[in-house]
Formats: sequence, C-alpha cells, structure tokens
Amino acid sequence: MKRTLAKRLLQMIIVLFGISFFTFCLTYLAPGDPVLTMYAASGTMPSEEIIEATRDEMGLNDPFLMQYARWLGNCLKGDFGTSYSMNQPVLSIIGEKIVPTLKLAFLSLLIMLAVAVPFGVIAAVKQNRPIDYLIRGCTFLGVSIPNFWVGLLLLYLFALKLGLLPVVSTGNGISKIILPAITLAFAMSAKYTRQVRTAVLEELNQDYVVGARARGIDERTILWRHVFPNALLPLVTLLGLSLGSLLGGTAVVEVIFSYPGLGNLAVSAITAYDYPLIQAYVLWIALIYMVINLIVDLSYDLLDPRIRESR
Amino acid sequence: MKKLRVFIKENKLFAILSIALVFIILSAVFAPLLAPYDPDTADMGNAFQSPDEDHWFGTDKLGRDVFSRVLFGTRVSLAASLVLVSSIFVIGTTLGVIAGYFGGKIDTVIMRLSDMMISFPGMVLAIAVAGILGASVINAIIAIMIVSWTKYARLARSLVLKIRHKDFVYAAEVTGTKTSRILLRHMIPNVIPTLVITATTDIGTMILELAGLSFLGFGAQPPTPEWGLMLNEGRAYMLSCPWLMIFPGLAICLVVIVFNLLGDSLRDILDPKFENQRRRALSMQKTKKVNVGS
Repeated sequence: MKRTLAKRLLQMIIVLFGISFFTFCLTYLAPGDPVLTMYAASGTMPSEEIIEATRDEMGLNDPFLMQYARWLGNCLKGDFGTSYSMNQPVLSIIGEKIVPTLKLAFLSLLIMLAVAVPFGVIAAVKQNRPIDYLIRGCTFLGVSIPNFWVGLLLLYLFALKLGLLPVVSTGNGISKIILPAITLAFAMSAKYTRQVRTAVLEELNQDYVVGARARGIDERTILWRHVFPNALLPLVTLLGLSLGSLLGGTAVVEVIFSYPGLGNLAVSAITAYDYPLIQAYVLWIALIYMVINLIVDLSYDLLDPRIRESR
Repeated sequence: MKKLRVFIKENKLFAILSIALVFIILSAVFAPLLAPYDPDTADMGNAFQSPDEDHWFGTDKLGRDVFSRVLFGTRVSLAASLVLVSSIFVIGTTLGVIAGYFGGKIDTVIMRLSDMMISFPGMVLAIAVAGILGASVINAIIAIMIVSWTKYARLARSLVLKIRHKDFVYAAEVTGTKTSRILLRHMIPNVIPTLVITATTDIGTMILELAGLSFLGFGAQPPTPEWGLMLNEGRAYMLSCPWLMIFPGLAICLVVIVFNLLGDSLRDILDPKFENQRRRALSMQKTKKVNVGS
C-alpha cells in the first residue's frame, strides 16, 4: 500500500514537472511583451530605457534555463509571481477563483451522477427494449450537441424568455450556479450513462448472475446487491477521468454565464498575455486533477475487498 | 455492382449516412454556387433581419446573410477537422508503431510523454496553447493536436506489441528484410483498420472542440464564417435575434451527428469482433424463427 502510494506520488511529481516545463516553454516562446502589457495595464507608457531596466529587473533577459529554474523554485516556495494585468500576487487571485470553479465542477458531477446512474442501469437491465433505445438515442444526442450551444439555449430559455434565473452568474446563491452546472453536466451525463450501461451489462452477463437466478434470488436483489457493487469499480475510475473533461469544460461554460471562476480568469489572462497567471492556472488544474485521480485509485481498496486482500 | 447492392442492403444505415455525408461535403465544396449571397459582404441597411424568403436564416449585425455564412462555415469546420484528425492519425500512428516495434529507450520516452499528456485535462492545455500561440484556425488545430495524438500512439503501440513477437516477424527479421519494410508491410497494415475506426469516430469530437475554441475566441477570427465564432458573435444579440445562435448551432449538431453515427456504423462493419457478435445474434434470431416455423 505504502509502496503504491509512494510510486504514484513520484509519478505525479514527474508529470507536474513536465507540465511546468511545457507551459514555461510555451509562454517563453509566445508573442507579446509582458513588460509592455504590465505598463499598459497601469496606464503609463515609459521610455525605452525604463522598459529595458524593468526587463533586467524581472530577469527577462537571463538565459532560458535560468529563468525556468528561478520560476520553478519560486513556485515550489508557493510564490507564483505577480499577475501582469492585475498587479496582484497570482496565488491570491487563483485562491479566490478556485472555490467557485470547484463548486461548479462538483455540483455538475452530482447532477451527472443523478442522471447517469439510474438511466444507465435501466438501459442495461432493459437491453434492446424500447426504453434502452430511447436512452441510447438521448445519450447519442447528448454527445453530439456542443455544450456551449446548450448553455446559450438554456440562457435564452430560462434567463431571457422566462426570466426565472439570472443572466449573469456573479455572486453566490444556488440560482446563479444552477444553469452553468446543468450545462456542464449535459454532455458528461450522456457519456457517463453509456459507460454505466456498458459496465452493468458486462456484470449482468457473468456466470454468478445466472447462478443467483438459478437459486431463485429476485432480480432486484441481484441487481443492487451483486451486480451494481461489481460494476462500481470501473465506474469510479471513469468518474475520476471525466473530471478532467469537466475541469476543461468549465472555461467555456464560465465564459457563457460570466461565472467568476478559474476558467473565466484563464480566458481573460490569455487575452491579456498574462503569463504568470496562465502558468499557474495550468499547473493548478493539473494538480487538482491528479490529486483527485490519486484519491480515486486509493479508494479501490475500500471498494474492492479482492484488492485489499491481495496486498 | 451486385456486391455493392448487397452491401447497401445489409448496411442500410451506413448507406443513408454516407449519402448524408456526401451531401454535406458537396455543400461545402459548392458553397460559392449554392450560397445566395456573399458571406463576407456587409449590407448595413439590412442588419438584423429576421428569417424570411430573401434571407432564410436572417442576417447578422453587419447585414450578412446567415444562411450563406452557415454554408461557408461547413468548409472551415470540415477542412479544419479533417486536417486535424489526419495529422494526429499520422503522428500518433508513427510514434506508436516505432515505440511498440523498437521498445527500449524510444518506447520509454514516447510513452512517458504520452503519460504526461493523458494525466492532464487536455482541453485546459489546448486553451492555453491556442491562446498563447495567437488566435487562428491553424493554431487551434496545433493546440488540439498536441493534446490528442497520445490516444493514437497508445492504440498503435498496443496493436504492434500484439504481433511484435509472432513468428512471421522473426522470420522477416532473420531473412534480412529491411526494418523499414517490416514496419511498412507488416506492422502498419495491422494497426490501420482499428485506427481508421477510431479516427472516424473522432471527427465529430474534433469538430466540437475546434468550434469550442473558436467560440472562446482562440480559433477562427472574424470575418471568417466559422460556426463557433458565429455563435460567439450572435451571443450579444441573443434576445432580439435568436436566429443568430440557433442556425450555426443546428449546423454543428447536424454535422457532428452524421459523423458520429457514421463512425459507429463503420465500426460495426469493419470491426470483426463486433461483426461476429452481430452475426451470432442474427443467426440466433433466424434459428429461433425456424424453430417457430417448424
């Protein structure tokens, strides 16, 4: 157990290291001058000499690897630099926006589970019956419709036409988060319903189900006591992986609903060539995603006695 | 000819979808002939017209005909997603085959790279890459390419590893066949069918991701008639002019649905495992019927 954990942590550190190098390269090679951006944000246009002096001061004239090493060292100390466009420490900006994004991601995860698990199980149990075809048809539409279009349509219908929910999702309160969360959950639910169906079907075709039926155990007990717990393991793995698309999808959804989260922040940071902020965004999302998947892997022990015994 | 007729009869859905695809491709190719207006010509006097006989899908803020723009958008989306899918197909397959065949250090490097990409939400990196490189269709393609080649590399590698240690490969090696020839004649043909199926099912997803980047402003730039961009432009006038966001969205859905269904049915036809299962299921039905009849 301890060895697996150590191995996974080491792997995580290597991946984070690689990602940090990649994003640093990217921002290093990118067009746009951070010094000019910074001064433009403060509203002044200084002379050539001052600009050059600032570049020296910020270390932008140093060799590439030196810049990277310094940046990485600072990151490890918890200092992600100062945002060029907002003139604030990056860490405090990220810290402020990360909570709303996580809230959004988890609420849509809950919505997704509430939709996908029942429908997936029904589709599997009623395989090749009308209800199965109906559910599969819906999931098919779900993965083919772009989530930003769903967001726009929901906004149009509920916020503008019916006036039920706010158009702009700033501030707190459940009504502000519900439309973005549904939008985000839409495509994910469709994908996950399919996966639930496949996982449950696979278990339903196992010999132990035939055995249980032969012993006269009723279908509902077979399904919920025997089949479902067995199907749970692959489903939890897939859940961890879907969180990746969820975190990636937040950017589009947050922009549509003007939701004050990391995705919205990242989009405006990119538009403003605010490199420290972009780097921190990518690293933080990577970290969250990997920590969650680590927890998922560790939860196997709890979910599956076979794995627990084998260690 | 007879074979074709039998094939169509056995795969009705596939035939219908292929016809739909041909229609989509034709409308992209012949967009300049089919479009009633020039997609880029502004006509300020006619801005924000709701759909009528002259402008089937209405006009946008510059008075441009939305129907013509949606039609021309087919070109952008189809071309971009085909370029994208074929490049990740080539890059991923090449790297995967090399990794699987040679093993050792090359394999480790390629697989570690791909591990890195996979243990990370791809779209986040794609947004960062597309944004930093500067907004354009090409850069959006590069961004998605960087995060999606790994799937093909992994698949190709695992397929190569399945046959790497078969006798016919060793025989080829012992008889002095050039490595390049082994790769081209023995390895590649073995991985191509599965990867083609994957690529076909991926086209729909790629169209969605490209449109998503354009929607955020990191893909096509105005005045390009691109669906994602059109949705973004129409967003501001949603309440008074809903047609600006309805028609480009419908176009995306339609094309993506056709590609997704096509990919699924192609898999059913080409994948022998699926095919066998289907045959077995069919023959079981037939025997049942026979039993009932007798």
